[in-house]
Amino acid sequence: MHLWQWVLAFARTTLGPYVDRGAAVTAETIIQSLASGLLMGLLYGLIAAGLALIFGLMDVVNFAHGEFLMIAMYATFFLFAFFAIDPLLAAPLVAAALFVFGAVVYLLVVRFAMRAKANAGMVQIFSTFGLAIVMRGLAQFFFTPDYRSVTNSWVGGKTISIAGIYLPEPQLIGAMLSIAAFVALYFFINRTDFGRALEATREDAGAVALVGIDKNRVFALGWGLGAALVGLAGAIMAIFFYIYPDVGASFALIAYVTVALGGFGSVFGAFAGGIIVGLVEATTALILPPSLKSVGIYAVYLLVVFIRPRGLFGSM
Amino acid sequence: MDTQFAQRRRRDLIVAACLAAIAALVPLFVKDVYVQNIMVLTLMYAALSQSWNILSGYCGQISLGHALYFGLGAYTTALLFTKFGVLPWFGMLAGGAISAVIAMALGYPCFRLRGHYFVIATIVIAEIALLLIQNWDWAGAALGIDIPMRGDSWLKFQFARSKLPYFYFALTLACIAWLVTWWLEDSKWGYWWRAVKDNPDAAESLGVVVFNSKMGAAAVSAFLVAVGGSFYAQFVSYIDPESVMGFQFSLLMALPAVLGGIGTLWGPVLGAVILIPLTELTRAYVGGSGRGVDLIVYGALIVAISLALPKGLVSVFSMLSGRKEAAR
Repeated sequence: MHLWQWVLAFARTTLGPYVDRGAAVTAETIIQSLASGLLMGLLYGLIAAGLALIFGLMDVVNFAHGEFLMIAMYATFFLFAFFAIDPLLAAPLVAAALFVFGAVVYLLVVRFAMRAKANAGMVQIFSTFGLAIVMRGLAQFFFTPDYRSVTNSWVGGKTISIAGIYLPEPQLIGAMLSIAAFVALYFFINRTDFGRALEATREDAGAVALVGIDKNRVFALGWGLGAALVGLAGAIMAIFFYIYPDVGASFALIAYVTVALGGFGSVFGAFAGGIIVGLVEATTALILPPSLKSVGIYAVYLLVVFIRPRGLFGSM
Repeated sequence: MDTQFAQRRRRDLIVAACLAAIAALVPLFVKDVYVQNIMVLTLMYAALSQSWNILSGYCGQISLGHALYFGLGAYTTALLFTKFGVLPWFGMLAGGAISAVIAMALGYPCFRLRGHYFVIATIVIAEIALLLIQNWDWAGAALGIDIPMRGDSWLKFQFARSKLPYFYFALTLACIAWLVTWWLEDSKWGYWWRAVKDNPDAAESLGVVVFNSKMGAAAVSAFLVAVGGSFYAQFVSYIDPESVMGFQFSLLMALPAVLGGIGTLWGPVLGAVILIPLTELTRAYVGGSGRGVDLIVYGALIVAISLALPKGLVSVFSMLSGRKEAAR
């Protein structure tokens, strides 16, 4: 046997599932999966919006972002289970609760991490990572590691057919909510006094004190707003996804990639990043085994930053 | 100034030799297998964190994807042994070499990235590798690999009853990682790395070949971590993708260095000696109910130390010795 034959035979036995894969892909399945990819992508954008906002404001990556999503999902679940409040009605309540939670996290943890004079980056990463572990532990302690789900909500499990394409209703509502949230965020940042204060603090946190803006107050409100956005996303996610203490981990990584893909410092980059991530994920699932669908997202992230080291819309 | 530095280095070496000698004697008095197990893990984490510290601490290229190299080491050894009967010692070297090469191949595009873009790239690359292995049937897919016991022997580096051989190997590995760091600290590379960490642009203009020095740090760091991974595979004789290559593990590997003092010689050792026993004990005493109390304690500890001592636990020692010198 020649060496190359041996190599080929070896490749077949070891890499079989990757090499021998032929799935029937028709135009219909492509359109169908791109449509659901787009919806999921808008939802990813909503999940990532808060992360992008906080990073843009103060250069801090919140490593507990996934856990914020997790508690938002639990909050939605318990409002549904105990008070029969449908997730769609619960969404504003959950967002409000997360707003308070985000501000408290800033005041109790992040404010002190910002003061570190040495290794500031590591202190921020590991203090928020430690917080994430505490939150997971608390969720396990109070809610047990069991998987939970919201059953029989208004839109859960329902689909709507538009021109022969089936769209799941929860994702459709999530996508519309995402667009609405980004539009609101745009007007909020550009048209309100608080938005201007936010922008000014982001430009120069020291100078704003001179014009009577309390930096800590702006940061706390920024964290509140960021958490409220992920709260909205969590309420929608709870309709169609299982809820368990570690649920945040996988979405957090996608959220980081979404923000970085769009470019750190650009909130609307997260919107574009989310859409790209959703579409790429759907496309990858057509080509590779579904369990590898995230590989496409990660590969596209690497490709983008290797060509543009600041992401698509990042400023530096 | 220079002589003070040389003095400090000599003192470090003597202290390290004494600590290693004491550590080598401990198992003669501590026979409890559970405690010995914790000691092995502590030494392993000290070695891993010390190696991680070379790239992330000294050179300032924060990698949160080092589980990739740990997993490569573990998988190379385990696959070579179970599929081809290759002795783990060769697997260890092969794993280290493969990791070093891959670290440089990945470093080639990645080292152009800065800040969070680099950190996320390291996470994402490790995650791709994790997903590929989880779907690779030949390598056991998500279930992992069971390494069969073929009897106690140094040749096969397997010991069913005694933990001692593992202990001494882990101790050796920790010593090697420490010595490599100690040696590099005062070498051309060490100075280059610190320059690259502090200000890459200034370093470049002063003639430091920034790119090559990052590549060097990545290769050394990846090689040592992979050897740690090979050791781990032999030690637990069962590996699965999530536990050796997961994102969580990348963070666990970085933690002793970060809490002990990132970019310092003693930080990783100090961090591991305090953190690992504490983790294992909380897991044993309050985590038994499986209700997450160990996570709460562990997480709170990370938050508290990183907020209270941003320079790490070693800064307590330098504060103390600083006070002593001031009193003189």
